Amino acid sequence: MFASFMAGTWIAGSAVAVVAGVVGYFVVLRGETFAAHALPQGAFAGAAGAAVLGLSPVLGAGAFSLLGAVVIALLGRRGRHDVAAALALVLLLASGALFLGLSTSYAPEVFSLLFGQLLGVGLGDTPAIVAVSLACVLLAGALFRPLLAWSALGDASVVRGRRSAAVEAAFLVLLTLATTAAVPVVGAFLMFSLVSAPAAAVRLLARSPLVGVAGSVAVALGIVWASVALGYLTSWPIGFFVGAGGALSYGVARLVARVRS
Amino acid sequence: MRSEAAGGRAAGSGGAALGRPPVLSVEDVGVVLGGRLIVEGVRFGLAPGEVTGLIGPNGAGKTTVLRVVLGLVRPTSGLVRREGAARRPGGLAYVPQQHLVDAELPLRARDLVGLGLDGHRLGIPLPTRRRRELVDEALERVGAAGFADDRIGRLSGGQQQRVLLAHALVARPAVVVLDEPLANLDVRSEQEVAELLGRVAAEHEVAVLVSAHDVNPLLPVMSRVVYLAEGRAVWGTTEEVVRSEVLTRLYRHHVDVLRVHGRILVVPAGPATRVDVPDPDRPPGSDGGVEQVR
Repeated sequence: MFASFMAGTWIAGSAVAVVAGVVGYFVVLRGETFAAHALPQGAFAGAAGAAVLGLSPVLGAGAFSLLGAVVIALLGRRGRHDVAAALALVLLLASGALFLGLSTSYAPEVFSLLFGQLLGVGLGDTPAIVAVSLACVLLAGALFRPLLAWSALGDASVVRGRRSAAVEAAFLVLLTLATTAAVPVVGAFLMFSLVSAPAAAVRLLARSPLVGVAGSVAVALGIVWASVALGYLTSWPIGFFVGAGGALSYGVARLVARVRS
Repeated sequence: MRSEAAGGRAAGSGGAALGRPPVLSVEDVGVVLGGRLIVEGVRFGLAPGEVTGLIGPNGAGKTTVLRVVLGLVRPTSGLVRREGAARRPGGLAYVPQQHLVDAELPLRARDLVGLGLDGHRLGIPLPTRRRRELVDEALERVGAAGFADDRIGRLSGGQQQRVLLAHALVARPAVVVLDEPLANLDVRSEQEVAELLGRVAAEHEVAVLVSAHDVNPLLPVMSRVVYLAEGRAVWGTTEEVVRSEVLTRLYRHHVDVLRVHGRILVVPAGPATRVDVPDPDRPPGSDGGVEQVR
Protein backbone atom coordinates (compact mmCIF):
# COMPACT_ATOMS: atom_id res chain seq x y z
CA MET A 1 0.00 0.00 0.00
CA PHE A 2 2.88 2.33 0.74
CA ALA A 3 5.02 1.14 -2.16
CA SER A 4 6.80 3.81 -4.17
CA PHE A 5 4.36 3.55 -7.07
CA MET A 6 1.65 4.65 -4.66
CA ALA A 7 3.49 7.81 -3.56
CA GLY A 8 1.83 9.99 -6.20
CA THR A 9 -1.61 8.78 -5.17
CA TRP A 10 -1.05 9.50 -1.49
CA ILE A 11 0.41 12.96 -2.08
CA ALA A 12 -2.14 14.06 -4.66
CA GLY A 13 -5.00 12.55 -2.67
CA SER A 14 -3.99 14.42 0.47
CA ALA A 15 -3.58 17.71 -1.38
CA VAL A 16 -7.00 17.32 -2.96
CA ALA A 17 -8.58 16.46 0.38
CA VAL A 18 -7.22 19.61 2.01
CA VAL A 19 -8.48 21.76 -0.85
CA ALA A 20 -11.88 20.10 -0.91
CA GLY A 21 -12.24 20.58 2.84
CA VAL A 22 -11.39 24.28 2.74
CA VAL A 23 -13.32 25.18 -0.39
CA GLY A 24 -16.22 22.94 0.61
CA TYR A 25 -16.72 24.94 3.78
CA PHE A 26 -17.55 28.02 1.72
CA VAL A 27 -19.47 26.11 -0.93
CA VAL A 28 -21.82 24.77 1.73
CA LEU A 29 -21.95 28.05 3.63
CA ARG A 30 -22.96 29.91 0.50
CA GLY A 31 -25.33 27.22 -0.72
CA GLU A 32 -23.41 27.00 -4.02
CA THR A 33 -23.38 23.22 -4.17
CA PHE A 34 -24.84 23.32 -7.65
CA ALA A 35 -21.87 25.22 -9.08
CA ALA A 36 -19.62 22.79 -7.22
CA HIS A 37 -21.44 20.01 -9.04
CA ALA A 38 -21.32 21.69 -12.46
CA LEU A 39 -17.69 22.82 -12.59
CA PRO A 40 -16.19 19.32 -12.29
CA GLN A 41 -18.16 18.33 -15.39
CA GLY A 42 -16.30 21.10 -17.17
CA ALA A 43 -13.04 19.87 -15.77
CA PHE A 44 -13.88 16.41 -17.09
CA ALA A 45 -14.47 17.77 -20.58
CA GLY A 46 -11.23 19.74 -20.44
CA ALA A 47 -9.19 16.82 -19.25
CA ALA A 48 -10.70 14.65 -21.97
CA GLY A 49 -9.91 17.31 -24.56
CA ALA A 50 -6.34 17.55 -23.32
CA ALA A 51 -6.02 13.79 -23.67
CA VAL A 52 -7.06 14.05 -27.33
CA LEU A 53 -4.36 16.63 -27.93
CA GLY A 54 -1.81 14.79 -25.86
CA LEU A 55 -1.61 17.60 -23.24
CA SER A 56 -1.64 17.47 -19.45
CA PRO A 57 -5.09 16.61 -18.13
CA VAL A 58 -4.62 19.07 -15.25
CA LEU A 59 -4.11 21.88 -17.76
CA GLY A 60 -7.20 20.88 -19.71
CA ALA A 61 -9.27 20.53 -16.56
CA GLY A 62 -8.19 23.99 -15.41
CA ALA A 63 -8.96 25.69 -18.72
CA PHE A 64 -12.41 24.18 -18.99
CA SER A 65 -13.52 24.68 -15.43
CA LEU A 66 -12.47 28.30 -15.78
CA LEU A 67 -14.64 28.47 -18.89
CA GLY A 68 -17.50 26.93 -16.92
CA ALA A 69 -17.04 29.45 -14.10
CA VAL A 70 -17.11 32.38 -16.52
CA VAL A 71 -20.28 31.05 -18.14
CA ILE A 72 -21.94 30.60 -14.77
CA ALA A 73 -20.88 34.06 -13.63
CA LEU A 74 -22.08 35.76 -16.81
CA LEU A 75 -25.36 33.91 -17.20
CA GLY A 76 -26.14 34.00 -13.54
CA ARG A 77 -25.30 37.63 -13.03
CA ARG A 78 -28.72 38.48 -11.75
CA GLY A 79 -28.17 36.45 -8.64
CA ARG A 80 -29.51 32.97 -9.13
CA HIS A 81 -27.18 30.46 -10.64
CA ASP A 82 -29.27 27.36 -11.05
CA VAL A 83 -30.44 27.50 -14.69
CA ALA A 84 -27.16 28.91 -15.96
CA ALA A 85 -25.19 26.29 -14.08
CA ALA A 86 -27.41 23.47 -15.36
CA LEU A 87 -26.99 24.56 -18.98
CA ALA A 88 -23.24 24.93 -18.59
CA LEU A 89 -23.14 21.46 -17.11
CA VAL A 90 -24.93 19.80 -19.99
CA LEU A 91 -22.86 21.65 -22.60
CA LEU A 92 -19.61 20.67 -20.92
CA LEU A 93 -20.59 17.05 -20.43
CA ALA A 94 -21.51 16.90 -24.12
CA SER A 95 -18.12 18.29 -25.11
CA GLY A 96 -16.49 15.74 -22.85
CA ALA A 97 -18.32 12.97 -24.66
CA LEU A 98 -17.17 14.38 -28.00
CA PHE A 99 -13.53 14.56 -26.92
CA LEU A 100 -13.61 11.05 -25.60
CA GLY A 101 -15.15 9.92 -28.88
CA LEU A 102 -12.25 11.51 -30.74
CA SER A 103 -9.70 10.09 -28.37
CA THR A 104 -8.08 6.76 -29.19
CA SER A 105 -7.35 5.62 -25.65
CA TYR A 106 -10.99 5.42 -24.70
CA ALA A 107 -12.11 3.29 -21.80
CA PRO A 108 -9.52 3.83 -19.06
CA GLU A 109 -9.53 7.59 -19.66
CA VAL A 110 -13.29 7.85 -19.28
CA PHE A 111 -13.27 5.82 -16.18
CA SER A 112 -10.51 7.67 -14.43
CA LEU A 113 -11.78 11.13 -15.38
CA LEU A 114 -15.34 10.44 -14.31
CA PHE A 115 -14.79 8.32 -11.24
CA GLY A 116 -11.13 8.74 -10.37
CA GLN A 117 -8.62 5.96 -10.28
CA LEU A 118 -6.30 4.68 -7.64
CA LEU A 119 -3.29 4.59 -9.86
CA GLY A 120 -4.45 7.35 -12.16
CA VAL A 121 -1.95 9.75 -10.65
CA GLY A 122 1.73 9.12 -11.14
CA LEU A 123 4.47 10.84 -9.20
CA GLY A 124 5.03 13.04 -12.26
CA ASP A 125 1.56 14.59 -11.95
CA THR A 126 1.92 15.53 -8.32
CA PRO A 127 3.89 18.80 -8.61
CA ALA A 128 1.14 20.38 -10.72
CA ILE A 129 -1.61 19.13 -8.41
CA VAL A 130 0.20 20.21 -5.26
CA ALA A 131 0.94 23.64 -6.76
CA VAL A 132 -2.68 24.24 -7.71
CA SER A 133 -3.80 23.00 -4.29
CA LEU A 134 -1.42 25.34 -2.54
CA ALA A 135 -2.65 28.29 -4.61
CA CYS A 136 -6.15 27.27 -3.70
CA VAL A 137 -5.54 27.20 0.04
CA LEU A 138 -3.73 30.56 -0.07
CA LEU A 139 -6.56 32.16 -2.02
CA ALA A 140 -9.13 30.73 0.37
CA GLY A 141 -7.14 32.10 3.29
CA ALA A 142 -7.02 35.55 1.73
CA LEU A 143 -10.73 35.56 0.97
CA PHE A 144 -11.72 34.03 4.29
CA ARG A 145 -13.22 37.06 5.98
CA PRO A 146 -14.89 38.73 2.99
CA LEU A 147 -16.41 35.41 1.92
CA LEU A 148 -17.60 34.65 5.42
CA ALA A 149 -18.99 38.15 5.91
CA TRP A 150 -20.77 38.23 2.60
CA SER A 151 -22.17 34.72 2.95
CA ALA A 152 -23.44 35.32 6.46
CA LEU A 153 -24.59 38.91 6.24
CA GLY A 154 -25.16 39.82 2.60
CA ASP A 155 -25.80 43.54 2.21
CA ALA A 156 -24.86 44.26 5.81
CA SER A 157 -21.28 43.42 4.93
CA VAL A 158 -21.32 45.07 1.51
CA VAL A 159 -21.94 48.48 3.07
CA ARG A 160 -18.48 48.58 4.60
CA GLY A 161 -16.75 45.95 2.57
CA ARG A 162 -15.96 44.80 -0.86
CA ARG A 163 -18.35 44.71 -3.78
CA SER A 164 -20.38 41.54 -3.88
CA ALA A 165 -19.51 40.98 -7.56
CA ALA A 166 -15.80 40.93 -6.75
CA VAL A 167 -16.28 38.45 -3.93
CA GLU A 168 -18.46 36.29 -6.15
CA ALA A 169 -15.89 36.25 -8.94
CA ALA A 170 -13.10 35.42 -6.53
CA PHE A 171 -15.16 32.58 -5.13
CA LEU A 172 -15.69 31.08 -8.59
CA VAL A 173 -11.96 31.31 -9.28
CA LEU A 174 -11.37 29.46 -6.04
CA LEU A 175 -13.83 26.76 -6.99
CA THR A 176 -12.19 26.49 -10.41
CA LEU A 177 -8.75 25.97 -8.92
CA ALA A 178 -10.05 23.37 -6.50
CA THR A 179 -11.80 21.51 -9.28
CA THR A 180 -8.70 21.56 -11.44
CA ALA A 181 -6.66 19.95 -8.69
CA ALA A 182 -9.26 17.39 -7.75
CA VAL A 183 -10.79 16.02 -10.94
CA PRO A 184 -7.77 14.05 -12.20
CA VAL A 185 -7.60 12.40 -8.78
CA VAL A 186 -11.13 11.70 -7.59
CA GLY A 187 -12.98 12.15 -10.88
CA ALA A 188 -15.62 14.60 -12.00
CA PHE A 189 -18.65 12.86 -10.55
CA LEU A 190 -17.11 12.33 -7.15
CA MET A 191 -15.44 15.65 -6.67
CA PHE A 192 -18.82 16.91 -5.52
CA SER A 193 -18.99 14.36 -2.77
CA LEU A 194 -15.57 15.29 -1.45
CA VAL A 195 -16.32 19.01 -1.55
CA SER A 196 -19.76 18.98 -0.05
CA ALA A 197 -19.98 16.03 2.34
CA PRO A 198 -17.21 16.86 4.86
CA ALA A 199 -18.19 20.52 4.99
CA ALA A 200 -21.89 19.72 5.33
CA ALA A 201 -21.15 17.21 8.07
CA VAL A 202 -18.98 19.66 10.01
CA ARG A 203 -21.48 22.45 9.53
CA LEU A 204 -23.90 20.47 11.67
CA LEU A 205 -21.44 20.24 14.53
CA ALA A 206 -18.85 23.04 14.50
CA ARG A 207 -19.79 26.46 15.75
CA SER A 208 -16.86 28.72 14.90
CA PRO A 209 -15.53 29.22 11.37
CA LEU A 210 -11.91 28.22 12.02
CA VAL A 211 -12.97 25.02 13.75
CA GLY A 212 -15.39 24.43 10.88
CA VAL A 213 -12.70 24.67 8.20
CA ALA A 214 -10.24 22.56 10.19
CA GLY A 215 -12.88 19.90 10.84
CA SER A 216 -13.92 19.89 7.22
CA VAL A 217 -10.30 19.34 6.14
CA ALA A 218 -9.86 16.55 8.70
CA VAL A 219 -12.96 14.71 7.53
CA ALA A 220 -11.95 15.07 3.87
CA LEU A 221 -8.48 13.73 4.62
CA GLY A 222 -9.97 10.82 6.51
CA ILE A 223 -12.25 9.97 3.60
CA VAL A 224 -9.46 10.15 1.01
CA TRP A 225 -6.96 8.16 3.05
CA ALA A 226 -9.50 5.48 3.87
CA SER A 227 -10.56 5.39 0.22
CA VAL A 228 -7.03 4.97 -1.06
CA ALA A 229 -6.35 2.20 1.45
CA LEU A 230 -9.59 0.39 0.75
CA GLY A 231 -9.18 0.88 -2.98
CA TYR A 232 -5.74 -0.66 -2.78
CA LEU A 233 -6.93 -3.62 -0.72
CA THR A 234 -10.07 -4.37 -2.73
CA SER A 235 -9.01 -2.98 -6.12
CA TRP A 236 -12.47 -1.43 -6.34
CA PRO A 237 -12.56 2.09 -7.85
CA ILE A 238 -11.45 4.74 -5.39
CA GLY A 239 -14.44 6.87 -6.35
CA PHE A 240 -16.83 4.38 -4.82
CA PHE A 241 -15.18 4.73 -1.43
CA VAL A 242 -15.03 8.52 -1.69
CA GLY A 243 -18.75 8.68 -2.48
CA ALA A 244 -19.68 6.20 0.20
CA GLY A 245 -17.38 7.85 2.76
CA GLY A 246 -18.95 11.23 2.08
CA ALA A 247 -22.47 9.94 2.59
CA LEU A 248 -21.38 8.05 5.70
CA SER A 249 -19.67 11.05 7.31
CA TYR A 250 -22.71 13.22 6.71
CA GLY A 251 -25.01 10.57 8.13
CA VAL A 252 -22.90 10.17 11.25
CA ALA A 253 -22.77 13.94 11.75
CA ARG A 254 -26.55 14.16 11.54
CA LEU A 255 -26.85 11.44 14.09
CA VAL A 256 -24.40 13.12 16.47
CA ALA A 257 -26.13 16.49 16.04
CA ARG A 258 -29.44 14.86 16.83
CA VAL A 259 -28.17 13.12 19.95
CA ARG A 260 -26.53 16.33 21.10
CA SER A 261 -29.58 18.56 20.88
CA MET B 1 -44.12 66.97 -5.19
CA ARG B 2 -41.40 67.11 -2.66
CA SER B 3 -41.05 66.36 0.96
CA GLU B 4 -41.40 69.20 3.33
CA ALA B 5 -40.47 69.71 6.92
CA ALA B 6 -43.85 69.51 8.47
CA GLY B 7 -43.53 72.44 10.85
CA GLY B 8 -43.45 74.91 8.04
CA ARG B 9 -42.39 75.22 4.48
CA ALA B 10 -39.37 77.27 5.45
CA ALA B 11 -37.52 74.22 6.65
CA GLY B 12 -36.50 73.44 3.12
CA SER B 13 -32.85 73.26 4.01
CA GLY B 14 -32.99 70.14 6.13
CA GLY B 15 -30.39 71.05 8.74
CA ALA B 16 -32.48 73.92 9.96
CA ALA B 17 -34.70 71.57 11.89
CA LEU B 18 -31.82 69.81 13.65
CA GLY B 19 -30.18 70.99 16.82
CA ARG B 20 -26.79 69.77 15.63
CA PRO B 21 -25.19 69.51 12.23
CA PRO B 22 -26.21 66.31 10.47
CA VAL B 23 -23.68 63.51 9.91
CA LEU B 24 -25.66 62.50 6.86
CA SER B 25 -28.18 64.37 4.82
CA VAL B 26 -30.53 63.26 2.10
CA GLU B 27 -31.20 66.12 -0.26
CA ASP B 28 -34.17 66.05 -2.59
CA VAL B 29 -33.63 62.41 -3.50
CA GLY B 30 -35.74 60.63 -6.09
CA VAL B 31 -35.44 56.99 -7.13
CA VAL B 32 -36.75 55.31 -10.27
CA LEU B 33 -36.25 51.54 -10.37
CA GLY B 34 -37.13 49.55 -13.47
CA GLY B 35 -38.98 52.52 -14.92
CA ARG B 36 -41.16 52.88 -11.83
CA LEU B 37 -41.04 55.91 -9.59
CA ILE B 38 -40.38 54.65 -6.07
CA VAL B 39 -39.85 57.87 -4.17
CA GLU B 40 -39.41 61.50 -5.04
CA GLY B 41 -38.15 64.64 -3.32
CA VAL B 42 -37.11 62.89 -0.11
CA ARG B 43 -35.22 65.16 2.25
CA PHE B 44 -33.99 64.67 5.77
CA GLY B 45 -30.89 64.79 7.95
CA LEU B 46 -29.52 62.52 10.65
CA ALA B 47 -27.96 64.02 13.75
CA PRO B 48 -25.64 62.18 16.14
CA GLY B 49 -27.31 60.87 19.28
CA GLU B 50 -30.77 60.82 17.71
CA VAL B 51 -33.13 58.08 16.62
CA THR B 52 -34.98 58.88 13.42
CA GLY B 53 -37.92 56.70 12.45
CA LEU B 54 -38.58 56.02 8.78
CA ILE B 55 -42.28 55.30 8.98
CA GLY B 56 -44.66 54.27 6.25
CA PRO B 57 -47.02 51.55 5.09
CA ASN B 58 -45.64 48.43 3.40
CA GLY B 59 -44.51 49.17 -0.12
CA ALA B 60 -44.00 52.87 0.53
CA GLY B 61 -40.32 52.57 -0.42
CA LYS B 62 -38.78 52.44 3.06
CA THR B 63 -36.18 49.83 2.16
CA THR B 64 -35.30 51.74 -1.02
CA VAL B 65 -34.70 54.92 0.98
CA LEU B 66 -32.54 53.00 3.45
CA ARG B 67 -30.51 51.51 0.61
CA VAL B 68 -30.03 54.95 -0.93
CA VAL B 69 -28.79 56.25 2.41
CA LEU B 70 -26.31 53.37 2.55
CA GLY B 71 -25.15 53.86 -1.01
CA LEU B 72 -26.43 50.45 -2.15
CA VAL B 73 -28.87 52.14 -4.56
CA ARG B 74 -28.01 55.24 -6.56
CA PRO B 75 -30.59 57.97 -6.41
CA THR B 76 -31.98 58.91 -9.80
CA SER B 77 -32.03 62.53 -8.73
CA GLY B 78 -30.84 64.44 -5.71
CA LEU B 79 -27.92 63.71 -3.49
CA VAL B 80 -26.86 62.04 -0.25
CA ARG B 81 -24.14 63.76 1.73
CA ARG B 82 -22.09 61.44 3.90
CA GLU B 83 -19.08 63.64 4.70
CA GLY B 84 -19.98 63.79 8.38
CA ALA B 85 -20.38 60.04 8.64
CA ALA B 86 -17.08 59.43 6.87
CA ARG B 87 -15.23 61.13 9.71
CA ARG B 88 -15.69 58.07 11.91
CA PRO B 89 -13.81 54.91 10.94
CA GLY B 90 -16.93 52.79 11.14
CA GLY B 91 -18.81 55.01 8.69
CA LEU B 92 -22.22 53.54 7.99
CA ALA B 93 -23.52 50.24 9.33
CA TYR B 94 -26.57 48.30 8.22
CA VAL B 95 -28.85 45.84 9.96
CA PRO B 96 -31.04 44.22 7.28
CA GLN B 97 -34.33 42.57 8.08
CA GLN B 98 -33.70 39.77 10.51
CA HIS B 99 -35.06 36.81 8.61
CA LEU B 100 -31.97 37.03 6.44
CA VAL B 101 -30.06 35.08 9.06
CA ASP B 102 -29.91 31.48 7.88
CA ALA B 103 -31.14 29.16 10.64
CA GLU B 104 -28.27 26.75 9.96
CA LEU B 105 -25.51 29.30 9.69
CA PRO B 106 -22.55 27.65 11.43
CA LEU B 107 -21.44 30.77 13.27
CA ARG B 108 -21.62 31.86 16.89
CA ALA B 109 -22.97 35.25 17.80
CA ARG B 110 -19.42 36.43 18.51
CA ASP B 111 -18.18 35.33 15.09
CA LEU B 112 -20.83 37.42 13.43
CA VAL B 113 -19.95 40.45 15.55
CA GLY B 114 -16.25 39.94 14.77
CA LEU B 115 -17.07 40.18 11.07
CA GLY B 116 -18.43 43.66 11.73
CA LEU B 117 -14.98 44.61 12.90
CA ASP B 118 -12.85 43.20 10.09
CA GLY B 119 -15.08 41.24 7.69
CA HIS B 120 -14.08 43.54 4.85
CA ARG B 121 -10.39 42.78 5.25
CA LEU B 122 -8.53 39.95 3.59
CA GLY B 123 -7.12 37.03 5.57
CA ILE B 124 -8.40 34.79 8.31
CA PRO B 125 -9.90 36.12 11.55
CA LEU B 126 -7.07 35.54 14.03
CA PRO B 127 -8.40 35.37 17.58
CA THR B 128 -6.38 38.19 19.11
CA ARG B 129 -7.04 39.60 22.54
CA ARG B 130 -7.92 43.05 21.22
CA ARG B 131 -10.47 41.57 18.85
CA ARG B 132 -12.04 39.54 21.60
CA GLU B 133 -12.29 42.56 23.87
CA LEU B 134 -13.96 44.70 21.23
CA VAL B 135 -16.41 41.93 20.37
CA ASP B 136 -17.22 41.28 24.02
CA GLU B 137 -17.73 44.96 24.62
CA ALA B 138 -20.11 45.29 21.67
CA LEU B 139 -22.09 42.25 22.80
CA GLU B 140 -22.19 43.64 26.34
CA ARG B 141 -23.52 46.97 25.12
CA VAL B 142 -26.56 45.41 23.53
CA GLY B 143 -27.16 42.93 26.33
CA ALA B 144 -26.10 39.92 24.24
CA ALA B 145 -23.15 38.75 26.33
CA GLY B 146 -25.19 35.85 27.71
CA PHE B 147 -25.51 34.12 24.35
CA ALA B 148 -22.22 35.17 22.76
CA ASP B 149 -21.17 31.57 22.17
CA ASP B 150 -24.49 30.26 20.88
CA ARG B 151 -25.12 29.59 17.25
CA ILE B 152 -26.75 32.63 15.72
CA GLY B 153 -29.46 30.60 13.98
CA ARG B 154 -30.62 29.11 17.27
CA LEU B 155 -31.34 32.49 18.88
CA SER B 156 -34.77 34.07 19.11
CA GLY B 157 -35.70 36.99 16.88
CA GLY B 158 -35.03 39.57 19.58
CA GLN B 159 -31.68 38.02 20.44
CA GLN B 160 -30.64 37.93 16.78
CA GLN B 161 -31.61 41.56 16.49
CA ARG B 162 -29.29 42.41 19.39
CA VAL B 163 -26.42 40.45 17.86
CA LEU B 164 -26.91 42.14 14.50
CA LEU B 165 -26.91 45.49 16.27
CA ALA B 166 -23.66 44.56 18.02
CA HIS B 167 -22.27 43.63 14.58
CA ALA B 168 -23.24 47.07 13.34
CA LEU B 169 -21.85 48.91 16.38
CA VAL B 170 -18.55 47.14 16.87
CA ALA B 171 -16.68 49.24 14.30
CA ARG B 172 -17.98 52.47 15.91
CA PRO B 173 -20.05 53.78 13.03
CA ALA B 174 -21.44 57.29 12.74
CA VAL B 175 -24.75 56.06 11.35
CA VAL B 176 -26.60 52.81 11.98
CA VAL B 177 -29.42 51.94 9.60
CA LEU B 178 -31.93 49.27 10.63
CA ASP B 179 -34.59 47.81 8.36
CA GLU B 180 -37.72 46.89 10.30
CA PRO B 181 -35.89 45.66 13.39
CA LEU B 182 -39.15 45.42 15.30
CA ALA B 183 -40.99 43.26 12.78
CA ASN B 184 -41.91 39.77 14.00
CA LEU B 185 -41.00 40.54 17.61
CA ASP B 186 -43.35 40.04 20.52
CA VAL B 187 -44.48 43.17 22.34
CA ARG B 188 -41.88 42.89 25.07
CA SER B 189 -38.89 42.34 22.78
CA GLU B 190 -40.23 45.13 20.60
CA GLN B 191 -40.09 47.47 23.57
CA GLU B 192 -36.68 46.26 24.64
CA VAL B 193 -35.12 46.63 21.20
CA ALA B 194 -36.62 50.10 20.82
CA GLU B 195 -35.22 51.16 24.20
CA LEU B 196 -31.88 49.69 23.24
CA LEU B 197 -31.81 51.79 20.07
CA GLY B 198 -32.49 54.92 22.09
CA ARG B 199 -29.77 54.08 24.56
CA VAL B 200 -27.22 53.22 21.87
CA ALA B 201 -27.89 56.48 20.04
CA ALA B 202 -27.53 58.58 23.18
CA GLU B 203 -24.56 56.84 24.77
CA HIS B 204 -22.43 56.42 21.68
CA GLU B 205 -23.31 59.53 19.70
CA VAL B 206 -24.59 57.43 16.84
CA ALA B 207 -27.24 58.59 14.41
CA VAL B 208 -29.81 55.79 14.21
CA LEU B 209 -32.18 55.49 11.27
CA VAL B 210 -34.79 52.82 11.76
CA SER B 211 -37.66 51.83 9.48
CA ALA B 212 -40.99 50.61 10.84
CA HIS B 213 -44.54 50.38 9.61
CA ASP B 214 -45.90 51.31 13.04
CA VAL B 215 -44.86 54.50 14.74
CA ASN B 216 -45.90 53.42 18.25
CA PRO B 217 -43.08 51.18 19.51
CA LEU B 218 -40.59 53.90 18.59
CA LEU B 219 -42.45 56.80 20.22
CA PRO B 220 -40.48 56.75 23.50
CA VAL B 221 -37.08 56.92 21.81
CA MET B 222 -37.63 58.66 18.50
CA SER B 223 -36.46 62.26 18.09
CA ARG B 224 -37.63 62.71 14.56
CA VAL B 225 -39.68 60.95 11.95
CA VAL B 226 -39.53 60.66 8.18
CA TYR B 227 -43.04 59.70 7.12
CA LEU B 228 -43.16 58.00 3.75
CA ALA B 229 -46.31 57.51 1.70
CA GLU B 230 -47.34 57.69 -1.94
CA GLY B 231 -43.68 57.97 -2.93
CA ARG B 232 -43.18 61.17 -0.98
CA ALA B 233 -41.90 62.05 2.47
CA VAL B 234 -42.44 64.48 5.30
CA TRP B 235 -39.76 65.08 7.89
CA GLY B 236 -39.93 66.59 11.35
CA THR B 237 -40.56 65.78 14.98
CA THR B 238 -43.31 63.30 15.72
CA GLU B 239 -45.56 66.11 16.94
CA GLU B 240 -45.02 68.06 13.76
CA VAL B 241 -45.47 65.19 11.33
CA VAL B 242 -47.95 62.75 12.71
CA ARG B 243 -50.93 65.06 12.49
CA SER B 244 -54.07 64.74 10.49
CA GLU B 245 -53.52 67.72 8.21
CA VAL B 246 -49.90 66.85 7.43
CA LEU B 247 -50.58 63.21 6.64
CA THR B 248 -53.69 64.12 4.68
CA ARG B 249 -51.55 66.29 2.47
CA LEU B 250 -48.97 63.49 2.14
CA TYR B 251 -51.41 60.71 1.33
CA ARG B 252 -53.58 63.04 -0.77
CA HIS B 253 -56.65 61.73 0.89
CA HIS B 254 -58.13 62.23 4.30
CA VAL B 255 -56.19 60.69 7.17
CA ASP B 256 -57.25 60.78 10.80
CA VAL B 257 -54.60 60.75 13.48
CA LEU B 258 -55.95 59.68 16.85
CA ARG B 259 -54.03 59.85 20.09
CA VAL B 260 -55.36 57.28 22.53
CA HIS B 261 -53.73 56.14 25.78
CA GLY B 262 -50.32 57.38 24.69
CA ARG B 263 -50.59 55.55 21.37
CA ILE B 264 -51.04 57.04 17.96
CA LEU B 265 -53.45 55.57 15.45
CA VAL B 266 -53.10 56.61 11.85
CA VAL B 267 -56.33 55.87 10.01
CA PRO B 268 -56.39 56.64 6.32
CA ALA B 269 -59.88 57.00 4.95
CA GLY B 270 -60.81 55.02 1.86
CA PRO B 271 -60.25 56.41 -1.63
CA ALA B 272 -63.88 57.50 -1.70
CA THR B 273 -63.05 60.48 0.48
CA ARG B 274 -60.07 61.48 -1.59
CA VAL B 275 -59.45 65.18 -1.46
CA ASP B 276 -57.56 67.03 -4.07
CA VAL B 277 -54.58 68.81 -2.62
CA PRO B 278 -52.76 70.90 -5.16
CA ASP B 279 -49.03 70.46 -5.01
CA PRO B 280 -47.85 73.66 -3.43
CA ASP B 281 -44.20 73.21 -4.09
CA ARG B 282 -43.58 72.53 -7.65
CA PRO B 283 -45.22 73.64 -10.85
CA PRO B 284 -46.24 70.74 -13.10
CA GLY B 285 -43.47 69.49 -15.33
CA SER B 286 -40.56 70.85 -13.34
CA ASP B 287 -38.08 68.18 -12.63
CA GLY B 288 -35.55 69.42 -10.11
CA GLY B 289 -31.80 69.38 -10.63
CA VAL B 290 -30.53 65.94 -11.44
CA GLU B 291 -27.38 65.23 -9.55
CA GLN B 292 -25.74 61.89 -9.06
CA VAL B 293 -24.37 60.94 -5.72
CA ARG B 294 -20.69 60.03 -5.57
